[in-house]
Parts: sequence; structure tokens; C-alpha cells
Amino acid sequence: MFFLCKNTQNTVLSTCLAALMLGAPAQAEEIWITNEKDDTISVIDVAKLEVVRTIETGERPRGITFSLDHSVVYICASDSDTVQVMDPETGKILHDLPSGEDPEQFVLHPDNRHLYIANEDDAITTVVDTQTRRVVAQIDVGIEPEGMAVSPDGKYVITTSETTNMAHWIDTATRDLVANTLVDSRPRHAEFTRGGTELWVSAEIGGTVSIFDVDSKAEKAKIDFAVKGVHQDRVQPVGFEFTDDEKTAFVALGPSNHVAVVNAETYEVEDYILVGRRVWHMAFNSDKSLLFTTNGVSGDVTVIDVARREAIKSIKVGRFPWGAALRP
Amino acid sequence: MKIIIQALAVFCLLAPCAMADVSVSIVYLRQQVESPPVLSNLDPAPEDLGLAGATLGLKDNTTTGRFLGQTYTLDIQDIPVDGDIVAAARSALETTRLIVLDTPAAVALAIADLPEAKGALLFNASAPDRHLRDTDCRANLLHTMPSDAMRTDALAQFLVKRRWDQLALIEGTYPDDTAFADSLRASLTKFGLRLRSEKIWAFDADMRRNAAQEVPLFTQDLRDHDVLLIADEIHDFGRYIAYNTWDPRPVAGSEGLVPVGWSHVVEQWGAAQLQSRFNDTANRPMQSRDYAAWAALRVIGEAVTRTSSDDPETLRSYILGPDFELAAFKGRPLSFRSWNGQLRQPIPLVTSRAVVAQAPLDGFLHQVNELDTLGLDRPDSSCTAFEN
Repeated sequence: MFFLCKNTQNTVLSTCLAALMLGAPAQAEEIWITNEKDDTISVIDVAKLEVVRTIETGERPRGITFSLDHSVVYICASDSDTVQVMDPETGKILHDLPSGEDPEQFVLHPDNRHLYIANEDDAITTVVDTQTRRVVAQIDVGIEPEGMAVSPDGKYVITTSETTNMAHWIDTATRDLVANTLVDSRPRHAEFTRGGTELWVSAEIGGTVSIFDVDSKAEKAKIDFAVKGVHQDRVQPVGFEFTDDEKTAFVALGPSNHVAVVNAETYEVEDYILVGRRVWHMAFNSDKSLLFTTNGVSGDVTVIDVARREAIKSIKVGRFPWGAALRP
Repeated sequence: MKIIIQALAVFCLLAPCAMADVSVSIVYLRQQVESPPVLSNLDPAPEDLGLAGATLGLKDNTTTGRFLGQTYTLDIQDIPVDGDIVAAARSALETTRLIVLDTPAAVALAIADLPEAKGALLFNASAPDRHLRDTDCRANLLHTMPSDAMRTDALAQFLVKRRWDQLALIEGTYPDDTAFADSLRASLTKFGLRLRSEKIWAFDADMRRNAAQEVPLFTQDLRDHDVLLIADEIHDFGRYIAYNTWDPRPVAGSEGLVPVGWSHVVEQWGAAQLQSRFNDTANRPMQSRDYAAWAALRVIGEAVTRTSSDDPETLRSYILGPDFELAAFKGRPLSFRSWNGQLRQPIPLVTSRAVVAQAPLDGFLHQVNELDTLGLDRPDSSCTAFEN
């Protein structure tokens, strides 16, 4: 429909708008939340900050991610032992992907085709081709794989294993492990940053976030957290996300019920924001002005104003909200 | 130190490095014991109780070790009731310095005191006795099984929290019952609760026929109480008390609301994963003894992973040191009490269907570690073997 925009300069704006309205009503920005113990997705309208849709899924939905063009959404239905592919418009399941048993979390390779899936019960990372719908590789990793990350250039995929306490580096060309780096107890989440030169890994029971240099795969820094009035043992880093400029990281601290604001250049914690109970994962809206955190125990989502570093609203969702993903 | 180990780990993967290879052999020593007859035969103890936990712990260690060039073997020695377990321990100590003990307290002590056991590292994965953490502690004997005191303190915290502070107690006549009852009394005193009446269950009636008739009469003369405590650690009569009491009161202790090291109803903090892995291996739910044995193996594994050593002295000092922490599905890092070798751990309070609460409960504070509100804290313990 965008060919219409190629008309004369003067009419560009109006014609384009008309085209958008005719083609598809302007899509409202949404945050999709998986509810682990309700077998549903709660869809939050970012403009209204309320749940506008609840969609049924397979059993125990956890990891959730959209394809790069947002035409489909992938959902780890852990207890159904499958990854579901859903049409986000209709909420209908298009088909299931073979995923190995108990898929918990996954990451979509930048090729927009291969899903790397952590099979929590089997100590395996499964690689699925979303086009042929076939498993193309299974890689033995440590016990209870969970955190998944892919480098921006697509060269490495990381699986963290909760009981083995390692980050496993998978070379995506050979689909072999090329390194295994120890981290503190119970690693939960991993992300690449700084143009893929740094890898961050959170350790829930260790209470830390470790930062690795990707080239040498050596640990270069470690972040500790201390929330006033909360026992150290309850400060448990889980999910985290970076702002667009990659200068700030927001780190969910589990049962301490706080999100830490970390300076990603100095690795210093600048702030703690009180959110709901057992904060887990998070997602930004498109311009990253708002951050949505899933709070497992309180069954709600906290909306954080990123600039002000304040919680501005709690939104009731389903039971045990787990994953979060943006649909722009 | 950590960085060095990590660098080593990477190095090992990229190039063969024989130097870092560690092979760890562990012996699991079980003394079979005769269990006294009980009124109901509904729940016989599984034959692989404890063993199955150790086997899973071995699997977990092996998976991790694979990435680090570390291998583990577990030699299970199951000694019959009349077998000479001390002799078995003596010969095991010729080949390994790491032993997991599934034995009564007296046997654990006898083994720890063997000259051959000097400098070895023994893990008590079954005996809850207070004296092993107190006057009879041994420097080479660590405990992954929670003590009776940890369990009864957990229950007492719950009673305080609910303000159910008037209590009555029925105790059985076996030594385990008496020990648990003594521990309950000590915990009630520690947390300022009041035990208003006590009775001993010394009947020999078959309660499957007449629980309904016996228990109301038996409990009729108890003074006013909020909760009826039961000390029946061999699980003889306790199951027939609930709903048959003269006054309608909840029961707790060995039955009803039970403080445990582990139970199949624990599911938070990733525990569901441990439960399902255990179920897959053992085809039954995981119990406290299994958990204690699993934890012993994992403690060894964690220490070997972090130190790249199998030297018992190196492992021991790391395990008892400030850097040790075990992620063990209870929501907090587990560590050892450096004064008596007890593994600190939260204690779930469970019914047969759900976790009611997990101790330490909110509000029970401690200057060092909230987990030390459960069981023998440093000032309470007469243990001196760990000093120096």
C-alpha cells in the first residue's frame, strides 16, 4: 500500500495517512504478557495502560518473542512441550513447532528463521527452523538451561544453565559449544550489549550480574546489589533490559520487589525502583519511555516511567506473569 | 580467584588440559535399620530412600563436570542390619576421602572417629540429632540433613506468627519421638510459647479399628490449646489424631502441618524442575532424606567446580568459607555454619497437599543470617571442633 506515497510531494502526507487507514487501522502499541499459571497471554495497550485482550495459549506459557516483522508471535508452552506460533491479529494458533521437552525460554536468531530454545528439563538447547518446522540441532548444555541470548551479528547464542551455573557459548555456524564460562549461582538471563562486545549474565541466587568481554570470554566486571531494608539473600537478579543508548540497564531483582537502575558504563547501581512482588522479566515500549515488568507473585505488571525512574501504574494481569514482549 | 577459574574453564574447552582434570570418587554408605512396627502400612519407606537423591546429585554433578574436565563416581554401599558398617567405612576410606553417611547418629560418630577418617570429609545426610551439632560435633562431619531443632524452630516461628501460643503435646515412646518432643519443647521456650499439657501415647491398640473411639477420650483432658502438637517421628499413631480430637483443633509436628527438609509439594523457586528430574529418575516423589543426600552430592560438586580440586582440605575450607553458596531450590543460597558444620536452609512447613509457609518467616531477624534463627545458633552450640 505504500506505493501510494510515491505521489507528488504535496499530497504525500494525506495520501499516506489515508492508505494506512484504509489498509489496516493504525496498530496500537501493545505489550504481550505470558501468564504462567493461567495459560493465557494478557495484551496491554500501551496508550491506555490496560489489558485489552486475553488470549488462551498452551500449558504454562513462559518465553514469548515476536518475529522480526512482528507478523507472528512465538510462545514457549512449557507443559505442552511445544512452541506455539500465533497470529497476533487474531490470537489464533497457526501451528506448533517441535521444541524438545519443556521449552522455557528462547531467542530468535537475527536471520529471523532459527529459534534457539532452552529445554529446561532435558539439559538441551534445541535449534528449530521456523520455516521447515524441523529441529535442526540439539546441543547438550548444563542442567536447567534458561537464559538465552544472541549476539547482534548472530555469531553466538548463549544458553545459561541454572544448576550447572554456566553460560554456554554456542557457535551458530557449527552449532557446537565453543566455551563454557562459570558464573554465580543460578544464572537466569543473558543479554549482549555494546555492539555485541559485552555479555551480561544475571545470577539469581548469587545475587550478581557478571559482565563478560565477548572476545576473550573472560569476566571483566561484576555488579552487586543492595536494597535498603531487604535481606541480601532476597535480592535476586533475574531479567534485565538496556535502554536504546545502552547506557542504562534495568535489572529485575526478584523477591526483593525492586528493579535496579544500573549505569552500564560504570557498572554502578544508581537507583532502585519499588515494583510488584517477585519481579521477573520486562519489556520496553517502542520509544523506550516506558518499561513493563512482570511481577510473578502479585500477578501484575508494573509500568515504569524510564526518564523519571518511577513506577507509575500497576496493571492486573493473569496468574504468575512471566514473559513480556513488545508489539509495536 | 574466580576469574582465574573461569579463564581456566575457557582454556580447557579450547585446548586439552590434563592438569585441570579432576576425578572425584564419593562413597555413599548406608546402614539398614529395622523400623519398628506401625499401625498403618500405607506408606512404607521406599527402598531407595536417600540413595535416589544421591544418584540424582551425581547426575547433576556429572553434567556440570563434563564442561570442566571433572568426573564423579558414586560407590553405593548398602550395609545390612547386622553388617559391620564401621569396617566398611574403614575400607572405603582407603580409596576415597569423601563419604556420604546414611546412618544413625551413633554410627556416624563411630566412623568420624576412626583414625582413617582424620582429614576426610563426611556428610551426615540422615541423622537429625542435636548432639551431633553440639557436644558431639566432629570437624570432619558436616550435616546436610536439617537438625530436629531447625524443624521445630520453624514450626514455633509459624505458631508465633499466627499467635497460636497455647499448645498441647502428644508424644510417642520411641527414642526418635522423644528427641523430637524435646526439641519441640525447647523451641516453644525459645520463642515464648506455652505448652499447657502433655501426654504420652503408650497404647498398643490397633487404631485402624478404633481411632474414632480412642482419640476423643484421650484428648478430652488436655487443657485449652490452639494447636495440638504431635511427636510421632516413626509415624505410628499420629495419622489418626486429626479430626478425632475432643476439641476441634489443628494438629502440627510429625503430622498435619509438618516442618520438613523437603517434600513433593515444594514447587516454588524452580523446585518444580528438581521434582520432575527426581521423579524421572526414581519414579516416586522426593522426600527429605533424598534431598539431604542430593544436597551432599551437590555441595561436593559445587566445591569441586569452584576450586577445581578434589583435595578434602581445600574442599572443606571452601565449603565452610564465606564464598560458598548452593542454589538448592529453596529461594535462598544455602551455606554452612562454620561453627558446627550444619547446612543452613529454609524449612518448608507443609501439609500433604501444599506448602503453608516457609521458615524463616518474615519478621524473625538475625544479626548475621536469618537462616540462623532456625536451629543451633553460634552462641547456643557447645561445638568446639570447628574452632581454629
